[in-house]
Amino acid sequence: MSTRSVIPFGPQHPVLPEPIHLDLVLEDEKVVQAIPSIGFIHRGLEKLVDKKDFHEMVYVAERICGICSLGHGLGYCDAVEHIMDLEVPDRAKYLRTMLSELSRMHSHMLWLGLLADAFGFESLYMECWRIREEILDMFEIATGGRVIFSIMKIGGLRRDIPDDMLRDFRSRLDSIEEGLNIVAKPFIDDPAVKNRLVGVGILTPEKADLLGTAGPFLRASGIARDIRSTGYCAYGDIEFEPITSTGCDSYARTEVRIKEIYQAIDIMRQCIDKMPAGAVEVPVKPNQLPNGEYMTRIEQPRGEALYYVKANGTKFLDRMRVRTPTFANIPALVDCLAGCDFADVPILVLTIDPCISCTER
Amino acid sequence: MSLINFNKTVIKNLFSKPATRKYPFEPKVYPERTRGHVVNDMDVCILCGLCSIKCPTRAITVDKAAKTWNIRPMSCIQCRCCVDNCPKKCLSMDTQYTEPGSEKVTKSFPQSEKAIAAQEALMKAAKERAAAAAAAKATAGGAAPAANAAAPAANAAPAAPATEKKED
Repeated sequence: MSTRSVIPFGPQHPVLPEPIHLDLVLEDEKVVQAIPSIGFIHRGLEKLVDKKDFHEMVYVAERICGICSLGHGLGYCDAVEHIMDLEVPDRAKYLRTMLSELSRMHSHMLWLGLLADAFGFESLYMECWRIREEILDMFEIATGGRVIFSIMKIGGLRRDIPDDMLRDFRSRLDSIEEGLNIVAKPFIDDPAVKNRLVGVGILTPEKADLLGTAGPFLRASGIARDIRSTGYCAYGDIEFEPITSTGCDSYARTEVRIKEIYQAIDIMRQCIDKMPAGAVEVPVKPNQLPNGEYMTRIEQPRGEALYYVKANGTKFLDRMRVRTPTFANIPALVDCLAGCDFADVPILVLTIDPCISCTER
Repeated sequence: MSLINFNKTVIKNLFSKPATRKYPFEPKVYPERTRGHVVNDMDVCILCGLCSIKCPTRAITVDKAAKTWNIRPMSCIQCRCCVDNCPKKCLSMDTQYTEPGSEKVTKSFPQSEKAIAAQEALMKAAKERAAAAAAAKATAGGAAPAANAAAPAANAAPAAPATEKKED
């Protein structure tokens, strides 16, 4: 007869990039139940709609999270543009698509590095982050920021990315792909890595659907649900298929994310090739104010994010609400944790790609 | 077998140049668009105050009585909003990041003598033109060509008074 013990895991833990707390109920070395608690870094950003006008809220939205900052700015702008009936120029749509994919690449590279670190493959971790550095350099060249880009604005983009810069990006993508080929191999083929990932944290397709999972975590369970398929921004003109895997385990999640980086490179190339000429923003007059409400969904690197904006015809919005992918993935994580080994908990927490800053805002 | 593949990378890394820079000795070359910090060319600035209105964090304040342009670097989020909205294009982003500090200071920049003189000259010219136009209207005769000649210059001048009104 084994005895039960409760081990607190987090909010500060070497493997956790961000603070989430889990009470792990253990029976010997097996986790029986995991009780999550969040709320350590709530900053009340949504409440700032009272103080910042709807143009300034773009900067607040960007600061919800450091890794998904581009997506948050994009989602918020998209919602407000729909309320104001602004037609964003084609070039801005393509550039937004391209930057979203660049953001996806950087987020997934970061995640691969953290995963390698979690199972103790340090040189692989550094190799991943070396490639990520090249992506951040591209961001800095294009937008002037490495983490906070400040390029989104209501009505388009604040700065154009000229064609010669795009050509330079194309050649940079080749070198990133080359580096990725080297890094992807150990994740896919290495027996030591497979030992840590295969069969760990199985989430069946039925459960994934039932628990409202989002993003690569969902697609690794074989459900091809990708908000990019709805064709927001320029995704309607781009050829791509949602990437899925039927493995349902941590290995499948890694595989999906690696394939998504290749897909992101492909989408970026398509965007650069099809890039239309023209303006990148529609002017918004000072007396043009939003009135109404809208809810938009975009595919963040971590999954489906939802933005709800309610405006009342003044400069200040009534409500801005963000539902982030990590929030949707926590119930499924708790389900995965029940029954796993204690030693696999760090890897399992990582496989949902937790972004707690996003979740708590 | 892939472990052997990765060993190749590890051995290559042993003999290749490091991916990092020797930081203090080899400073980073920033791309042209990097948003390091805001600089103001006080020789051109007319203290219109548009930057302080547009600043999302209210880091910039303009004191028209003391003729100073003030910025709180700790509050500035380097969003480049002020630079985009500057009518005189005297604001710009420098690529160097600001030095870390332990105190929240307000940096104050006085408007240069040159800018004050230029602005006063501009105001004086605008007033003279207005007076001339009024006189021309009163006589409504021979002064018409002179008023036409002043028209292009008048287009350039209202920048200062118009933005000052906005401040109210």
